[in-house]
Amino acid sequence: MSRLSDRLSCAVACAAAMLLISCGGANESTAPASSGAAAPAAAPIDPETTGNVSGKVTFEGTPPAPQPIKLSSDPYCETANSGLTTETQMVGANGAMGNVFVYVKDGLGNRKFAAPSEPVLLDQKGCHYAPHVIGIQVGQPLQIINSDNTLHNVHGLAKANREFNAGQPIQGMKMTHTFSTAEVMVPFKCDVHSWMNAWVGVLEHPYYSVTGPDGTFSLKGLPPGTYTIEAWHEKLGTQTQMVMIGAKETKDVAFTFKGA
Amino acid sequence: MLPLFAAFVAASTAVLIFAGGLVTSTGSGLSVPDWPNTYGWFMFAFPMSKMVGGIFYEHTHRLIASTVGFLIVVLAVWLRRAEPRPWVRTLGYLALGAVILQGILGGITVLWYLPDAISIAHASLAQILFCLTVTIALVTSSGWRRGYRQGEGERGKGEETPDDRTLQHIAIATTVVIYAQILIGATMRHTGAGLAIPDFPLSFGHVIPPYWDSKIAIHFAHRVGAATVTVLIGAATGHVFFHHARRAELRRPAILLLVLLVLQITLGAITVLGNKPFIINSLHVVNGALVLVTSLVLTLRAHRSRFAHVARGFLPDDLSDEAPRAKSEARRATSGEIRDATDEYGGARA
Repeated sequence: MSRLSDRLSCAVACAAAMLLISCGGANESTAPASSGAAAPAAAPIDPETTGNVSGKVTFEGTPPAPQPIKLSSDPYCETANSGLTTETQMVGANGAMGNVFVYVKDGLGNRKFAAPSEPVLLDQKGCHYAPHVIGIQVGQPLQIINSDNTLHNVHGLAKANREFNAGQPIQGMKMTHTFSTAEVMVPFKCDVHSWMNAWVGVLEHPYYSVTGPDGTFSLKGLPPGTYTIEAWHEKLGTQTQMVMIGAKETKDVAFTFKGA
Repeated sequence: MLPLFAAFVAASTAVLIFAGGLVTSTGSGLSVPDWPNTYGWFMFAFPMSKMVGGIFYEHTHRLIASTVGFLIVVLAVWLRRAEPRPWVRTLGYLALGAVILQGILGGITVLWYLPDAISIAHASLAQILFCLTVTIALVTSSGWRRGYRQGEGERGKGEETPDDRTLQHIAIATTVVIYAQILIGATMRHTGAGLAIPDFPLSFGHVIPPYWDSKIAIHFAHRVGAATVTVLIGAATGHVFFHHARRAELRRPAILLLVLLVLQITLGAITVLGNKPFIINSLHVVNGALVLVTSLVLTLRAHRSRFAHVARGFLPDDLSDEAPRAKSEARRATSGEIRDATDEYGGARA
């Protein structure tokens, strides 16, 4: 009896172990982890009365120099982008700060905005994300492309939205992802290449901008009102300012981040 | 051959723990987003040329894990066929169950994006699996089977090893506390608290940290655990050196335990002060596992003389640890077969 039960338990356990060790399971899909919700039609905004907020983000102090990234863990990356440096703090002439996400944090009331159908592109090229910081609306497609002849995984570490992790092992692969909830910011990373990261600001509305190398930004088409404008930087945090816009008015707003 | 194979499986498990440590230390746990496949490839068909960046660590860990899984299947079957003691065969089945569960936890932790609880369970079960394979290697070894009898070969069956309750209690406490310390360490690693206290041996310049949050608390608990383990290992090894210095089966693991302890503290200090260099960090993980199993070996050897009595207390006489020895001796006596004493458990089941 004991011998029989020994044999049975051994056979069952061996079969289970071999299954685990050798069988191929369902492939983790690289298809979109889509959960988009169509936004209701936007409340009417009179284009004749809209105004703008524009400005510049600057850095005060001595900015840290971009650091070279060691790419030796992937020979392709080493060849494709040997001069790659960190993109954490992009500070140009006169302290102009790039890669700062500026957006309307508050003041739009309960207005609803339809999600654009054209996708926002996030490219993995030269073993880094291009662009490094992007904005997108809830429900708008985010198209992620692997332009590299090496493997990447796209890992979105969302908190309010669903976290996802998809592989793109072949050059030219594309996937589309949509966000269901506003979230500032969603970090993206490639776990294969530990230096690769990007940030995605997800909003219910279209009033956002990412500063370029000249540090400037522009939020166009805002209806008259009082708004909280926030500037977000991945290392230096956030700053907010209140701004009141009248009909057809353009207001300048300046943000200054200081070095630690 | 079985004892040698069991020792090889135990050593392979240590290599697997080191590979797992590398995965965590390099942050490569999600570099292969699918499981059990690898980027859609059947695991063993994944091209070597594509093992770049974090994939190298994660996929290598999976390959080693599969190999160890296969070795444990072989070990369990081998024990089933050749091992006369039921409880040792049961250890084989337990190891098999543990490696299966470990594989499932490894898969779940990838598919669920490394939830702390699952990742910590995966790390903790790895230590249990290592303990099981080391225990199997130990109890199938010739020394264990002989009962570590002193003077064997010179005076026939030799003397029974003395039953030291104090050592048994200290050794058990040491092993349990080391395991608890490893659980705290796993929690620290997987919650990102490894550098929550940036200095060593002090904490923010103080003996007790002046600031507290959950990560600092976990990190400090690991340091308190290290101090507790140090005291217990000191007590256990000191007891061995003072009372059992002539018993090589206790003296050797005691010396090894002290060496591994010093190495472990050194590796821990370098991990903190060196900003977690991934090789050192991973060596700290596997060395911690070696401290655990060395303490386990000391504990089991300290209990060797009681093993048969314990077994007799709960099992029928013919299932006790000593029964196969008696049967074997009786068989040899009747058949006139002359064999080396160390080989008496090596044949087929009685």
